[in-house]
Amino acid sequence: MYGNDFAAVDAPDGGLLGQVEAAEAALRAAAARGRGGAVAAGADPESYFADVINADQKIEPRDWMPEAYRRTLIRQIAQHAHSEIVGMQPEGNWISRAPSLKRKAILLAKVQDEAGHGLYLYAAAETLGVSRDELVDLLLSGRQKYSSIFNYPTLTWADVGVVGWLVDGAAIVNQVPLCRCSYGPYARAMIRVCKEESFHQRQGYEILHTLAHGTPAQKAMAQDAVDRWWYPSLAMFGPPDGDSTHSAQSMAWKIKRFSNDELRQRFVDMCVQQAETLGLTLPDPGLRWNPERQAYDFTQPDYDELMRVISGDGPCNRQRMAHRRRAHAEGAWVREAAAAYAAKRARHEERVAA
Amino acid sequence: MSARSEPVLRAPQSRTKTSPVSASGPFEFTLALGDDALVAAQRLAEWTSRAPEMEEDVALSNIALDQLGAARLLLTYAGELEGAGRDEDALAYLRDDREFRNCLLVELPNGDFAVTMAKLFFLAAYQLPLYTALAGCGDEQLAAIGGKARKESAYHLDHAALWVRRLGDGTGESHRRMQAAVDGTWPYVHELFAADPAAPVDPATLRADFDATVTTVLAEATLTRPESGWAPAGGRDGVHTEHLSYLLAEMQVLHRAHPGARW
Ligand SMILES: [Fe+2]
Ligand SMILES: [Fe+2]
Repeated sequence: MYGNDFAAVDAPDGGLLGQVEAAEAALRAAAARGRGGAVAAGADPESYFADVINADQKIEPRDWMPEAYRRTLIRQIAQHAHSEIVGMQPEGNWISRAPSLKRKAILLAKVQDEAGHGLYLYAAAETLGVSRDELVDLLLSGRQKYSSIFNYPTLTWADVGVVGWLVDGAAIVNQVPLCRCSYGPYARAMIRVCKEESFHQRQGYEILHTLAHGTPAQKAMAQDAVDRWWYPSLAMFGPPDGDSTHSAQSMAWKIKRFSNDELRQRFVDMCVQQAETLGLTLPDPGLRWNPERQAYDFTQPDYDELMRVISGDGPCNRQRMAHRRRAHAEGAWVREAAAAYAAKRARHEERVAA
Repeated sequence: MSARSEPVLRAPQSRTKTSPVSASGPFEFTLALGDDALVAAQRLAEWTSRAPEMEEDVALSNIALDQLGAARLLLTYAGELEGAGRDEDALAYLRDDREFRNCLLVELPNGDFAVTMAKLFFLAAYQLPLYTALAGCGDEQLAAIGGKARKESAYHLDHAALWVRRLGDGTGESHRRMQAAVDGTWPYVHELFAADPAAPVDPATLRADFDATVTTVLAEATLTRPESGWAPAGGRDGVHTEHLSYLLAEMQVLHRAHPGARW
């Protein structure tokens, strides 16, 4: 999923693309092994499910699965899909004003990729027996959430760079382990999505690198954007492990593989080096290498702010939802026309065939 | 509709020139096509995250990306033809609306989805024969650009024509909206075909192809081709609608705020 900063839900490239490829190879190897060995085909469905999970094989849509597993996956995949679709808004906000034609083309293609991610993810959720229309209704009526990071505004062009570098970066750190998720269609969608996200992250990094090596005004713009996005990006990994619901069960089912805090740490460790190369400062005076832990100590994000944003009071929650609802409502007559036309064509073909 | 009621070709109603033929050197010609594609891309990209269906969001971004890609090739080449050191960004970001040479059709606001599809349909029905002719022209660079862009235009035309049929022959409401969109945008197509015999491709030669496409698709869509004699023009001479200046103000604002910066 984009982040774990949803309502009470469990849960760039520092070698991350390599991990995606390893997951893809493991997926192929598992498929080649088949389930014959470790998994007894004749067993009752519950133990069959448990055996598949234990053997690191994939659960497929036709397999029996516990109702709670199905519900957890539907919610997680749907919220991830919603995040892709709502995430188009803050990024799309700069397409019309991109400062060069090359940057305009890259950004337009990126936002188009996000729509594509939304589409594959809704399709993955549909394999669990729910329709895209139902899921879109859950989003529009506010019963399902999207990643809270997209409730922050993109105020300058540098924000486009930072969204790519930090937000896509955090999304990849979250998503790479999902490439090994126990549910086959989700794991396969994640492999495809992660590869594209890693391009986005690199493009964002490149925007920032250009700004950080540009005029003083450009450098200041880049630093301001990092200052505003750093802590919200850390909050994308969700509440600290002690407060995170759902995690243990998702871990047992191999939907989730690492805790929120483990992923957050991995993200911080990855960013410190990259910020140095960029010549930008992460806004954390407490950031320092801890040789005992072999990791950076850092200041936690403001989790009260995260809860406020999740509950609907972030800077852009109302705007993002209004935008989505308006697009959906204004498109209704077009969707109706397409359906009516298709029905007429089908009747016409029946007549021709008769 | 009747292919016989061919609309009268009008000279551009330019307020700055009396000649019916716009400047037709290779630079002006290439610049005009580049500006058409750039302004069309800018308008189409406004739909991103707002389309009636998610699949359509992807399709509209695709078409916007194609137009933007063609614009970049054309503007880069126009800059070379001019020989004054202007690259694609200098041409896109540092000219005012009076220096843009795009047709009025592309700068019109998006309106509802029917208006956008009417605009795209007419634009693609013009760009397809244009790029096809360009692919066979004597200028190697323009021929290469035409060869690439015509394949894209064929897809744009298919896509827009499908929607014109769906909306025209869909529901009562969609039919009413699609007919209104065709009526509202039709007057702006005449400008596309103003004769320019000295240009690498004379736009007047593309009209028959355009009319054949439009007549067929509108008939299949149960729509009526308008008979309006009003033929607004001036885009090729830099005399635009009120809309272009706003479009450019938005497009150029950041680039102009940081003179000389690299992005
Ligand atoms: Fe994405
Ligand atoms: Fe992305």
